[in-house]
Amino acid sequence: MKQARQKTTDPAVQIMDATAIRRALRRIAHEIIERNPQLTHVVLAGIPSRGVEIAQRIAALIHDVKTIQVETGVIDVAMHRDDVGTRPELPIVRESKLPLPLEERTVIIVDDVLYTGRTVRAAMDAINSFGRPARIQLAVLIDRGHRELPIRPDYVGKNLPTSGTEKVRVRLEQTDREPDEVRLQKQ
Amino acid sequence: MTTRWTRKDLLALRELSADEINFILETTDAFKQVGTREIKKVPSLRGKTLVNFFVEPSTRTRTSFELAALRLSADVINISANASSLTKGETLKDTARNLEALHADMFVLRHRSAGASQFLAKRLKASVINAGDGAHEHPTQGLLDLYTIREKRGKIRGLRVAIIGDILFSRVARSNIFGLLKLGAHVTLVGPSTLVPREFEKLGVAVSHKIDDVLPTADVVNLLRIQHERQRREYFPGVGEYIRLFGLTKERAKLLKPDCLVMHPGPINRGVEIDSEIADGLQSVILDQVTNGLAVRMAVLYLCGGIST
Repeated sequence: MKQARQKTTDPAVQIMDATAIRRALRRIAHEIIERNPQLTHVVLAGIPSRGVEIAQRIAALIHDVKTIQVETGVIDVAMHRDDVGTRPELPIVRESKLPLPLEERTVIIVDDVLYTGRTVRAAMDAINSFGRPARIQLAVLIDRGHRELPIRPDYVGKNLPTSGTEKVRVRLEQTDREPDEVRLQKQ
Repeated sequence: MTTRWTRKDLLALRELSADEINFILETTDAFKQVGTREIKKVPSLRGKTLVNFFVEPSTRTRTSFELAALRLSADVINISANASSLTKGETLKDTARNLEALHADMFVLRHRSAGASQFLAKRLKASVINAGDGAHEHPTQGLLDLYTIREKRGKIRGLRVAIIGDILFSRVARSNIFGLLKLGAHVTLVGPSTLVPREFEKLGVAVSHKIDDVLPTADVVNLLRIQHERQRREYFPGVGEYIRLFGLTKERAKLLKPDCLVMHPGPINRGVEIDSEIADGLQSVILDQVTNGLAVRMAVLYLCGGIST
């Protein structure tokens, strides 16, 4: 009922609210705990801006369960992109912050939406320039499909089938100063 | 950070807004960090060709630009004055157009004439970065000085900056003056009246001919090199007299506040504008300037070379 009403007033359909996002991230936290027995070797590396906030939230959720403080970091991909000079706007470059050395560690790349996979490829390149981690994994809140590279996520909050003309709009409290939600916009 | 970079060229700090300057400084933060990585190279400008076109001799600026370009994965060609066809009578414009015909994407130009890089920028589709044009500007030196001050003091607004020495012939001084004023610093120029004429006050800076009056309140002193090669006798009082009146000697440095930064764009004439003990002392950030110069140039090349044209 509620969703139907929103459909008529707003072209953007709400896919997840704050509760659903929290539940999805909690599940990801549990899966990370299951798959990584040595949690002290894990680094949650967020891609700015929302990936950073999501990484911190997952770290807090892991702490709730295991009382282990998993390390977090920031992995900026702007200077590793392969489309510089072809986009109308140059992406803003930010500082990357990763705990070093990366050897022996598992770096989990964290982002809000997985789409073509090109950002993740750039993130892997960026990580490799800091060293050679034992393994790299990928956690995303939304997987919307349409991959252009052979990349697949290890942890997914929600699989969201989309068409190429639709836009996934994620809002997070700290990054956007708006209530948590995910919307799908038809264009 | 809502500013976006839209310029293909960097010609002078005078024409930039405070927001644009701050945007370059913030971008520099990211590139400075690249220098600390195991692999100090990013693919941002892969496939682009940069021409280091130095019609006037320079080692440190050229090397800094070259390394910056290499760390961004660009291909680099170095052309110096005596190796170029300019000595055979070809004009600057023709040389540049020939290089553009080879699909060069960026030019870093050092030239003895003020306005040379602007001249090229107007005529070429390629990006042009001014690496010093006559006594006009040296914008990346100005930016790296601003970056170093901001890094060491946490801010620029409200700081008292003294620029000491040969202001009249100095493009470094001009770029510093414009950049510092835009970011809200108080600037005092210090030197003999022949090299620091009162006309500079029109720019919004103070002028002093007595260094001992200025040193005790300064937060930053930037000592410029006495450009022997550019000096005509009538401007310059003689080395001995210059040291006595304006040199930052060990004794004079005692006037400085303990947290005052000592800067110099290099190359240093040790024992002339600055004593060795001070140049190598705790307050000196001269080598930080060199490190930051590389990061600033990476940021500038990334921004100017990265926009789609």
